[in-house]
Amino acid sequence: MKSYTRRETIAFGVAVGAVTLLSPALAFAKADDAQALIAKFTGGKTPVEGKVTLNMPEIAENGNTVPMSISVESPMSKDSYVKRVIVVAEGNPRPEVATFNFTPASGVAEASTRMRMAKTQNIIAVAEMSDGTYHMAKREVKVTIGGCGG
Amino acid sequence: MADAPKPRVKAPKNAKKGDVVEIKTLISHKMETGLRKDKEGNKIPRNIINKFIVKFDGAEVFSVDIDPAISANPYFQFSMKAEKSGEFEFIWKDDKGETYTKKSKLTVN
Repeated sequence: MKSYTRRETIAFGVAVGAVTLLSPALAFAKADDAQALIAKFTGGKTPVEGKVTLNMPEIAENGNTVPMSISVESPMSKDSYVKRVIVVAEGNPRPEVATFNFTPASGVAEASTRMRMAKTQNIIAVAEMSDGTYHMAKREVKVTIGGCGG
Repeated sequence: MADAPKPRVKAPKNAKKGDVVEIKTLISHKMETGLRKDKEGNKIPRNIINKFIVKFDGAEVFSVDIDPAISANPYFQFSMKAEKSGEFEFIWKDDKGETYTKKSKLTVN
């Protein structure tokens, strides 16, 4: 049984304290990253909840491939259409997931894909409309086996 | 051995004017995120399909800016309004600057 010097014990205590202080900051940093990305997308405007539907399973069994689809209410006419939709993951190593760029030729503002989720977290979709307004939807998806590789 | 990315498209050949048709696309690709490490602990460099573009008769109608959080073998399903006959061109671009394409004709009556 090794016995630690006083110096080693104090150093250890400082290290544990530092990590404890850092951990909640790291957790919040991820949600902040997601919010910063959204703010960049909207030019600082706050998106309003509604018009956007984010379809995802309540529980994703495999974080490597989670179905995700977005749908935005819009006539998709030349005068009123969805320009783009950004999807953001609050708890992934990086928040960006994809940006869908639509035109009136899309007919409906809908798209489906499959995404990677590192763990249970909120996924947010923000739509930019041709009139300069922003709408959003958010949902929590539980993940049983995370999928960010390695 | 990595095979060249293979794109696959499921799109209708015929539609009535004004119909909204559904298109499904898939391309085989590892979508290496850049976060994984190999057995020696070295980071495996990022290599993903980063853009998917759909053109109809040369005009861009839909596209996706893709980040590493999109799963391997990227799958996209989306819609198109059938207004006139023409040809779709589906384009995938990866980090290395490679481009993969597939075409599909649509007859609208």
